[in-house]
Amino acid sequence: MAFITVTKDTFENEVLKSDKPVLADFNADWCGPCQMLKPILEELSESYEGYKFVSINIDDEDELAEEYDVASIPCLVIFKDGAETERSIGMKPREALEELLEGN
Amino acid sequence: MYDIIIIGAGPAGLTAAIYARRAAKTVLVLEAASCGGQIINTPDIENYPVAMHISGFEFANKLSEQAKALGAEIKFEKALEICDGDSEKTVKTRKNSYSAKAVILATGSENRRLGLENEDKLVGRGISYCATCDGAFYKNKTVAVVGGGNTALEDALYLTDLAEKVYLIHRRDEFRGEEATVAQLRQKENLSFVYNSRVTKLNAGKRLESIEVTDKDGNVSTIELNGLFVAVGRIPENQNFAQLVTLDEGGYIPAGEDCHTNVPGIFVAGDNRAKAVRQLVTATADGAVAATEAVKYASSH
Repeated sequence: MAFITVTKDTFENEVLKSDKPVLADFNADWCGPCQMLKPILEELSESYEGYKFVSINIDDEDELAEEYDVASIPCLVIFKDGAETERSIGMKPREALEELLEGN
Repeated sequence: MYDIIIIGAGPAGLTAAIYARRAAKTVLVLEAASCGGQIINTPDIENYPVAMHISGFEFANKLSEQAKALGAEIKFEKALEICDGDSEKTVKTRKNSYSAKAVILATGSENRRLGLENEDKLVGRGISYCATCDGAFYKNKTVAVVGGGNTALEDALYLTDLAEKVYLIHRRDEFRGEEATVAQLRQKENLSFVYNSRVTKLNAGKRLESIEVTDKDGNVSTIELNGLFVAVGRIPENQNFAQLVTLDEGGYIPAGEDCHTNVPGIFVAGDNRAKAVRQLVTATADGAVAATEAVKYASSH
């Protein structure tokens, strides 16, 4: 499943009202670790079909970043039934990302 | 069994992989996080020969593509332990174990923490170890940088262009970093130097709200801020191998220019080796040397 780019206009429908749990990847084009993380997340999105994977560009969506208190990227936030359940900050090994997804 | 296992896919490890593959050895690279190591945090590399400007991300990608094109295998697993057998060395990860004739330790280093209560909890909520990564979140806000080396100075300089106010907190009254950067900082009207002081407490609700600073005479003051950028050095990531390989008091592996550790067949390359200059170019140089030595060892065992 592909990554969906989410904006503040689509955030409520795609994330908060999603049937599936959501992994939201807050990132930016200038952030090296975010770019390194992207291919790993794309691979994980293939094997973790129970999740919806969304990408939020913090430069385009600074209001969302502020609202969700994102102050360091890469920042992965898991939303379940409209609420944040887990958060992972910084470049993490693939195993840690799997644990993050499996722990929910 | 591989000829050579390289632990760490930063510039040192991937360069070692290139040299080992060109010597026709089988190579496995084990990486805990991502290819490139800490260089991926550098937006613009300007001091690597020939490449006038290249981003750390692009450098890391090109380097890993080169290693893979030459036939190096890269697996994203953290090396937890090495066992030294009679004829082979075994590297254990969480789920697997791999063996090889020779091993190169190219694990690099991680950020040194201040060691204050709640520090880990506040990472991403006011505490950061990378100004170029996180500075954008502090536009027109108040921040402090703690440290006295080049990283601290450069972080402070970068942040003066973004933040409304920057404090630079240093435990001494002179800096270890480059004089030219200090001179640039002195021109910045929104920067205040806080000398002879340490950060002694983090005050936070949901986010970091203020810090307590104690000077050398024991005077305590409070600085209200939105962000604290910690740049107090790095720690070599050698702890997992300390039972087998001798470390110096700083945790580095004391190997000479030939990159030999005290264990035959185990070599070290990059920032986790004891040395005077830790730069991209010295990391790649170590990779070449360690690989050449590991190739020799693997060929004769």
